[in-house]
Amino acid sequence: MFKKLCLTSVAVMALASPSVNAAEAGGVKEIIDIPFSFDGPLGTYDKASLQRGLQVYRQVCAACHSMRLVSYRNLEALGYSEDQIKSISAEYTMIDGPNDEGEMFERPGRPSDRFKSPFLNEKAAASANGGALPPDLSLITKARHGGADYIYSLLTGYADPPAGKEVPEGKHYNKAMDGNVIAMAAPLSEGAITYEDGTPQTVEQYSKDVSHFLTWAAEPEMEHRKQMGVKVVLFLLAFAGIMYAVKRQIWKNIH
Amino acid sequence: MSAGPRTPFGNPVVEWVDSRLPIFTMINKEYGVFPTPKNFNYFWNFGAIAMFMLVTMIVTGITLAMNYAATTGAAFDSVERIMRDVNYGWLIRYIHMNGASFFFIAVFIHIFRGMYYGSFKAPRELLWIFGVTIFLLMMATAFMGYVLPWGQMSFWGATVITNLFSAFPLVGTAIVEWLWGGFSVDNPTLNRFFALHYLLPFVIVGVVFLHVWALHVSGSNNPSGVEPKSAQDTLPFHPYYTMKDMFGLVVFVTIYAIFIFFMPNALGHPDNYIPANPLVTPAHIVPEWYFLPFYAILRAVNFDIGIPFTDIVIIEAKLGGVLAMFGSIAMLFAMPWLDKHPVRSARYRPIYRVALLLFVAAVFGLGKVGGMPADSPLIHFGDFFIFTTTHVSQLLTLYYFGFFLALLPYLSKREKPLPIPESIHDAVLKNKANSVSGA
Repeated sequence: MFKKLCLTSVAVMALASPSVNAAEAGGVKEIIDIPFSFDGPLGTYDKASLQRGLQVYRQVCAACHSMRLVSYRNLEALGYSEDQIKSISAEYTMIDGPNDEGEMFERPGRPSDRFKSPFLNEKAAASANGGALPPDLSLITKARHGGADYIYSLLTGYADPPAGKEVPEGKHYNKAMDGNVIAMAAPLSEGAITYEDGTPQTVEQYSKDVSHFLTWAAEPEMEHRKQMGVKVVLFLLAFAGIMYAVKRQIWKNIH
Repeated sequence: MSAGPRTPFGNPVVEWVDSRLPIFTMINKEYGVFPTPKNFNYFWNFGAIAMFMLVTMIVTGITLAMNYAATTGAAFDSVERIMRDVNYGWLIRYIHMNGASFFFIAVFIHIFRGMYYGSFKAPRELLWIFGVTIFLLMMATAFMGYVLPWGQMSFWGATVITNLFSAFPLVGTAIVEWLWGGFSVDNPTLNRFFALHYLLPFVIVGVVFLHVWALHVSGSNNPSGVEPKSAQDTLPFHPYYTMKDMFGLVVFVTIYAIFIFFMPNALGHPDNYIPANPLVTPAHIVPEWYFLPFYAILRAVNFDIGIPFTDIVIIEAKLGGVLAMFGSIAMLFAMPWLDKHPVRSARYRPIYRVALLLFVAAVFGLGKVGGMPADSPLIHFGDFFIFTTTHVSQLLTLYYFGFFLALLPYLSKREKPLPIPESIHDAVLKNKANSVSGA
C-alpha cells in the first residue's frame, strides 16, 4: 500500500512526465505508471473518462474482445440513464431461445443481457485471429501485473523492433508485452474515434480512457469499497483508542 | 466436566441452568477467574486473534458457499457473480480471501511466540502438538480453498501440489489418481476439494477445542518461562486479558481492514483472475505467500541422493524434495524432544535466541526465493560460478534443518543460561527497574 501510495503520489507530482520502470530482469517489459483518478485510497472513477472508454471499447476492442461478465445494466454506474442503456443494448442482436416451437430466434438486446461477444465461441475467436485467442476483457486489469498501467502501456507500447529482435511473421513488437511480441496489431490510431466532448483524440488519450473503463469493468465495486473502507478504518482506529484507554484504566494498579 | 463444588448464582435463570448443566460455572472458571500470568506481552494476543480469524473464516465461508458452484464449468463465473451481483458479495469474498492470509499471519506469530518463550516444553508438549496439527490442517484447508475459484493459479497450483505425491515409489501414481478422482485435476477434484474445504475448518474447531483444553490444564506459559508460584504472579483472565486481547485484536483487524478495502488483491496473484485452462501453463506457478518457504524447501532438493561413485539412486530428487517439505513440518512436531534445555524463555538463553532469530530470517529468506523462479542467477563470480536462487534455498534449507537437528540438541546440553528470576513477580520488578534506570 505504501509503495503504491508513494508511486501514486510521485506520479501525481510528475503529472505530465510519466515515469518508466522496466520490470523483469533481462527483458525490456516497460510498464508506464500514469496517474488515474481512481488511484490511491480515496480515488474515484471519472465518469466522462469511463464513457469515452466505453466508446473506445465498443468501436475498436469489441471487434475481437468479449466482456462476458459485464451486463448493459451495469452501465448505470457510468452515468447513463435507464433509457440510454435501453437504446445501447437494443443496438445489439441477441440469439435467444429455444421458443415454444423449439427454434432459436433473434431479438434486440436488453439491459439485463451480458455484453454481446464478437464470436460465438473461443474456437471461432481464435480461428478468426490467426490462432491467438483475444482474451476476455471483463477482468483484464485484475488479471495482469500492473493493472490499468499495464493496459495503457500495452496500447501505447507499439514500436519498431530494436536491431536484432526477431518478430515472427504476423506478430508485432510491443514494449509492454511479455517477451515483447504480441499477436494483436496496434489497435488505436490518432483520430480513429471521434470524441464529442472535445477531449484530444490521441492514442494516449484513447488508451487512458479505455484502461479507465476496463478497471471499472474489473472492479465495479471499487468506489463503494473505498468509501466504506474509510469509515471502517476510522471506526476501528477510534475503537482501538477506546480499548487502549479501557485496558490502561483496568491495568492501572497492576505491576 | 464433572460438576464439582459450585457457587450458586444470584440470577434465578442462570442458577436454574447452572444447577442442571454447570456451563456458567465453567465459563467463570476458565475465562473469568482463570489465573493467568500477569507478565504477558502483546505476543500473547495472537491466540485470541487466531480464534477470531477462524470464526471469521467459517462465517464468511458458509455465506460464500451459498452462492458458489463447485463444477469446472461454473466455479469461476459463480465467484464473479458473488463479486458483481450478490449483495455485498465482494465484501464477503475479500474478507474471506484476505482472511486466509491474516489467519496465517496470526498463526505464524503465535508459533514464533511459542518457540521464543519455550511454550512447547514440558508440560505443554501435547498442547504444542495440537497447535502444529491445527497449522497442518490450516495448510490443507487453505490449499483447497485456493483451488475453488478455478483460476489459472488454482488449477496449476493444484496440479503441481497433487503431483508431489507421485514421487512416492510404487504407490505414488495410485495415490495421485485417487486424490484426483481421475487422471488429471478436473471436475471430481474440484468437487471433493470443495467438500473437504467445507469440512476441515470444523475439524480445526475440534482440535482448537483440544488445544484450549490442554492449555487450561497446564496454564499459560509467560515471557519469563517461570511457572507461577503464588497468587502474586497471576491475574484473573477477566477483565485483565479480555481487555488486553480486545485492544490487540482491534489493532490487528484495522490492518486487516486496510487490506480488505484498499488493496484486496495485493496478496493474491493476477493469474487467478484468468479462468483455468489446462492447455495453457502460466509462466511461473507460485503458491500463496504463506506456502512460499515450504515451496522453496521443496525445490531446494534438486539432486538425487544415492551411493557416491555409483549410479545407484536411493532417493530421487523429486521424492527428496517432498520428504524435505513434509520433514520441515515434522520438525515442529518433534521440537519438544529436540530442545531439552531446562530453561524455557529465550530471554535467558542468549545463544538460542540468536539461533532462533536466524531461523526466522531463514524462513523469510526461503519465502523470498520461493516466490522467485528456480535457478535464476543472483550473483556472478566470473563466468563459471553463478550463484542462483536454488543455491540460496539450499543454504537456507540446510540451516532450517540444522537448527532443529543439530543446534537444538547441541544447545540443550551445552548452553549456559543467564540467571533466571525467582518468580514472575520478580521478573516484572526487575524489568521495571531496568526500564526506569534505562530511561
